[in-house]
Amino acid sequence: MEKYILSVVVQNNAGVLARVSSLFGRRGYNIDSLTVSATTDPKISRMSIIVQGDEPILEQIIKQLLKLEEVMRVDHLQEDDSCCSELVFVKLSAPDIGARDGIRQICDLYDAHIIETSEQSMIVELAEVPSRIDAFLDVVSNFGVVEMSRSGVTAIQK
Amino acid sequence: MVKNGSEILVETLVEQGVDTIFGYPGGAVLNIYDALYKNSDRIRHILTSHEQGAAHAADGYARATGRVGVCLATSGPGATNLVTGIATAYMDSIPMVAITGNVGTSLIGRDSFQEVYIAGITMPVTKHNFVVRHVEELADTIRSAFRIASSGRPGPVLIDIPKDVTAATCEFLPGEKVEVHEEYEVTEEQLRTVADMIAQSARPVLYFGGGVETADAEDALLELMHKADIPAAHTMMAIGCVPESEPLSLGLIGMHGTVSAAWAVERSDLLIGIGARFSDRVATNPRRFAPKAKIIHVDIDAAEINKNIGVDQAIVSDARQFLTKLLPYVQPATHRPWRTQIATWRTKLDYVPKDDESVLKPHQVMRTVAQMAGADAIIATDVGQHQLWAAQYCGRSKIHQFITSGGLGTMGFGYGAAIGAQVGDPDKTVIHVTGDGSFHMNLNEMATAVSYDLPVITVLMNNRVLGMVYQWQTMFYEQRYSQTQPGRKTDYVKLAEAFGARGFRVTNIAELRAALEQALQRTGPVLIDCEIDREERVLPMIPAGGTVDDIVSG
Repeated sequence: MEKYILSVVVQNNAGVLARVSSLFGRRGYNIDSLTVSATTDPKISRMSIIVQGDEPILEQIIKQLLKLEEVMRVDHLQEDDSCCSELVFVKLSAPDIGARDGIRQICDLYDAHIIETSEQSMIVELAEVPSRIDAFLDVVSNFGVVEMSRSGVTAIQK
Repeated sequence: MVKNGSEILVETLVEQGVDTIFGYPGGAVLNIYDALYKNSDRIRHILTSHEQGAAHAADGYARATGRVGVCLATSGPGATNLVTGIATAYMDSIPMVAITGNVGTSLIGRDSFQEVYIAGITMPVTKHNFVVRHVEELADTIRSAFRIASSGRPGPVLIDIPKDVTAATCEFLPGEKVEVHEEYEVTEEQLRTVADMIAQSARPVLYFGGGVETADAEDALLELMHKADIPAAHTMMAIGCVPESEPLSLGLIGMHGTVSAAWAVERSDLLIGIGARFSDRVATNPRRFAPKAKIIHVDIDAAEINKNIGVDQAIVSDARQFLTKLLPYVQPATHRPWRTQIATWRTKLDYVPKDDESVLKPHQVMRTVAQMAGADAIIATDVGQHQLWAAQYCGRSKIHQFITSGGLGTMGFGYGAAIGAQVGDPDKTVIHVTGDGSFHMNLNEMATAVSYDLPVITVLMNNRVLGMVYQWQTMFYEQRYSQTQPGRKTDYVKLAEAFGARGFRVTNIAELRAALEQALQRTGPVLIDCEIDREERVLPMIPAGGTVDDIVSG
């Protein structure tokens, strides 16, 4: 299964998110992440959706989205031709100085920021492409992840 | 001029050409019904027995007239009762506008009496829906609903109007009836490619569906069939597009289609699908459907292309526009060996039911009904065995005359749909073909037919079992008849009489003819209870997932 990034421009109406997610639910498409955000025009929102599937499924998803009355535009973004980023907060177990130093070193390597430190844990923030966030989480998971929150991807065509 | 929401609704409906709506009143739509009362000379309201009947009637009205059907219900249960009817219209791409009242905006979201979020409930079964929160948006919302319902691939649109919006006032600006004119771009290259594929084919087959009827493309289709000598099979949604007597017609295709049509598709080297969607009731096994053929798919909905089956050439267009543009590119041709081959399959393989005048054989009942009702009669069916018998033996030769729930397969659809068709086309004979199972679901609508003196003729194929499921249990479940022998003791003649209609019970063709003769006087609704043997099956049959190799013919 491939992952695809879709940038969907929609009318900013009540219920438009429900309509899009209902479509995915009804047709059995897999969403990895979905974010909705404002644009410069208050009547318009942008959704960035990461979907899993193959080429025929992607074709269907795009066509079905375009059938929705409130969907104005759907772009399939290629990774090398777009900017995409995701934000993650991860609270790591850091009960001793050794763990803290280790986490600091990894954060330097990935350009992640430590935004909160307590006696038992540290909260780290990283904004990156999803694959690099995956790699970062893989490495820091050795310290023990207490909690994690990812924003989902937001993307824009270059 | 300043008007309240209910008056604006009525004005805008009239502006959009609506003269008939089907509905049922209730608390949240009291204001709307008050406006309808004051405007009863402009809009005829048909009060059904149940909101589901209203939705099916609006659907049947749309199918019989080609216009947008309109239904109206109150909030909560009124709205949810419409849902099956809306979903039925959605699956068959029928233009419909469903209007629901809702509790006042200040009560929304508080689990108020008779409150449901009908916009959320109907999201997956409408083309679009609206909640109108401000009276100023109402008129344009209604106009948008009519545009959406009737443009592109048609379908139902729901408008939910909170009660306070129906009372609030604003300036109303009259508008124009929404006229939809859409041009679909087909390139010359596409037309040449299709024409070349047709020219190179020795064994072409056309396979067409409801999109041909929606687009009024039946004449252009016939012209293509004749010009390039291409046999054509149709789905249940396209009965009537091609005259029954047409020699190039292969008849119905699919699970209960003709054996010769199935073999023609199987052996074809070119399959041209027009306004059809390769559903699982046609392409019973999508991986082995038309295995030797190049496939061309023409559909107005781009999302239908490559959805169920991969195709070699795709055209996104209205069927009529495409066929009209294609015809000049197509070379006249004849495919005599291919037609001879098909004729051989027809005589050797097609299922021929055995006549028996002493009892009621389903095919004889259907043929008798079709013949006595005449070529102009509308047949509206419920869902089950009788539906397929009607499709097989009540063929029509014009569009808008075979009304059936093809996609959703809604038992209980028929009576409401027949009422809608009769209201929409009062001069035509409307035959409602049903089974005892389907009839029991919404028989309350007989009361509606009586109230409005609608001479709908119900032909009840009474085999005392839930026939289609019973048939599957016979064939695939070693006759374990789980819940398909309901043991009803309903006396249908008395039932009809209790409603104020007339009823007949018939057990052979002569009695059926006598009853039909009286019913066709069209003095009011009639029910004819036809006793059918429960072991009668719909044949031939390609089991789900099967191919021509699996056809059951006896």
